[in-house]
Amino acid sequence: MKTTRPIRAAAALAAALVTAGGLTACSGGEDDGKITLSVGLFGDFGFGPLYEEYTKLHPDIEFEERISEFADHHTNLTTHLATGSGAADIEAVEVGYISQYTAQPDRFHNLLDLGADELEGQWLDWKWQQALSADGESLIGLGTDVGGMAMCYRRDLFEAAGLPVERDQVSALWAQSWEDYVAVGEQYTADTGGYFFESSGNMFRAMVEQAEEGVYDREDNLIVESNPAIGEAWDLTVRAIEAGMSNRLAAWTPEWNAGFNEGTFATIICPAWMTSYIETNAPDATGLWDIATVPGGAGNMGGSHLVLPAQGEHAEEAYAFIEWLTAPEQQLKVFEATGNFPSTPELYEDPALTGLTKPYFNDAPVGEIFTAAAQAVQPQYQGPLQGDVLATIGQGLGRIEDGSQTPEEAWSQVLSDLESF
Amino acid sequence: MTIAAKGTGTRGGPTGLLRYRLDLKASPYLYIAPFFVLFAVFGLFPLAFTAWVSTHEWSLLSDEHAFIGLGNYETLLSDPYFWNALGNTMSILVLATVPQLFAALLLAHLLTMRLRAQTFWRMGMLLPNVASVVAVAVIFSQLFGRDFGLINWVLESLGAGRIDWQAGSATSHVAIAVMVAWKWTGYNALIYLAAMQAVPREVYEAAHLDGASRMQQLFHVTVPMIRPTIVFTVIVSTIYGLQIFAEPQLFGGGGQNGVTGGASRQFQTLTLYLYEHGFNRGFEFGYASAVAWTMFAVIVLVALLNYLFIRRIRSAS
Repeated sequence: MKTTRPIRAAAALAAALVTAGGLTACSGGEDDGKITLSVGLFGDFGFGPLYEEYTKLHPDIEFEERISEFADHHTNLTTHLATGSGAADIEAVEVGYISQYTAQPDRFHNLLDLGADELEGQWLDWKWQQALSADGESLIGLGTDVGGMAMCYRRDLFEAAGLPVERDQVSALWAQSWEDYVAVGEQYTADTGGYFFESSGNMFRAMVEQAEEGVYDREDNLIVESNPAIGEAWDLTVRAIEAGMSNRLAAWTPEWNAGFNEGTFATIICPAWMTSYIETNAPDATGLWDIATVPGGAGNMGGSHLVLPAQGEHAEEAYAFIEWLTAPEQQLKVFEATGNFPSTPELYEDPALTGLTKPYFNDAPVGEIFTAAAQAVQPQYQGPLQGDVLATIGQGLGRIEDGSQTPEEAWSQVLSDLESF
Repeated sequence: MTIAAKGTGTRGGPTGLLRYRLDLKASPYLYIAPFFVLFAVFGLFPLAFTAWVSTHEWSLLSDEHAFIGLGNYETLLSDPYFWNALGNTMSILVLATVPQLFAALLLAHLLTMRLRAQTFWRMGMLLPNVASVVAVAVIFSQLFGRDFGLINWVLESLGAGRIDWQAGSATSHVAIAVMVAWKWTGYNALIYLAAMQAVPREVYEAAHLDGASRMQQLFHVTVPMIRPTIVFTVIVSTIYGLQIFAEPQLFGGGGQNGVTGGASRQFQTLTLYLYEHGFNRGFEFGYASAVAWTMFAVIVLVALLNYLFIRRIRSAS
């Protein structure tokens, strides 16, 4: 068992790289009146069955999906937009990168002209706003999922550490604040010698996402140094690192994948989309993972939009498809299949959504948990280089973790690195 | 009149002669032209254009390209991250190339001996080289994994304890050097083998009669005889080694660590540094072009030093 997993991950990565390299040539072809729409995604969005369903409804439309790695995806998209060729007809954009693209609306088809102007009420208001250009004149994308946060934890590890196991009691452990979460973690690590969470960067990011203001203010100025919420999040994360709570796993690496199954860490911050990663990475851990609430109140982490680069030739067909794909019925199907949580509030009243439980997570009522999380989210403004800024701070925390810098050195290097932004 | 008319009108007249002469003079150039045209379009022009871009503040994301002269080079030379990347590259180069060429020499020496299934062994040498760099880097990154890597598992069962290969400078350089050596040792061994087969048998017979051992024969007969080949492999390995990209990039994993070569930039090579500036958030093509030209200078310099070094060994022995 132990040997097959890394190999499979390696094969998947190799395949992803080959695909990323090989399939960048052309977008959208026409054969005997049929139109092939290309869809560029990072990771599997669970759209597979929906393509088939759509092709049944519209026999003239076919799909070609290109999946690349998370970081490469946005870099490639930016390059393709700048050079005017190579982008897919439909591209996914994660929320950390969306403002970078709303700043250049002329590179995308304006969805307000294609029919989206009548649909505004369909999405959470902030989800809609995120894809609007600064002047409000153009909308570049339609929202797919949102990442209201929860906290996933390993029941077996909690039990072994003498902590409560049931999700309500676990939530109560840190219901007050992140300080309580860190205190529980300090206790856990001291008692068991194990790691409490997988990466300090992720914990830091969760705290920042919950704050009223994040790394940017509304005028797109970086406020990393002046925002007290950032300073507090940094200090608390450093405290957690120094207590040895972090497993120091970078997201999307083979070691990270393996950690879910092996149970090397006890908790991980869980936006809805994370649940599907846990399920795929730890197929043998059915019933061991469960879901509690996240400390520090509600916040959004991740979630995506689908955009139509202006270089795509089939704007109307592509728009018709994403309008269908992001409609509540289809978002519900995606949620049922993958766990990516819908961004359309209409569903939050729907028992088909709220009543959903996941056997893998010990029958956790995921519908209820993530509905509550999504409804409570206070939207935070996302600046143009949001994703890169958080990654740079995450690296600073990484330098403390591997012992190459003191917290003070790491912080001052973060600030000097950010000056070049 | 008639003579003149005859002279201009018929075959073999001045026009025909001219055409013949033109054919004689121009045709050879036409035949070799495709290469030079392609070279100019895909070789020279990009080189020159890169030099031009490197004197501008040139971002892919903006249409304005301001001329700033040597500004990019000044920023580059005063950036400690550049010198860090240069140091890392040199360190990986030495760690990868020196043991690799020695191993290749020994392997080639073994292959000259009479072996069963000779072709099998020789072909086997080339196998690691056939695998793509990406595949090699992905597999080795797994082997060098901190928690579930095979190498750490072996180390631990030997009682040596685990190593976080990625976190340290030295350990990450060793890991990357192993990937490079794995891919290129066999290739160099085959090149040495080819050169060794051109060494006349009589020289070895004479050495053998004089009582030279196998090892003495290798270092006192073979090495001096195949020096031009050694010079060639040293220079080619240097050029390759200074441009390593896929190995550190994949070793760093997805995300920021793959771009900066670890959180402390402990294994960021020059090409990764170029990538960080040219194909990352700012898409600063001007600055990246300056990095490219600086790399070119570094490579020429190092290759030259290596050449002189190898030549000295020759004249010494």
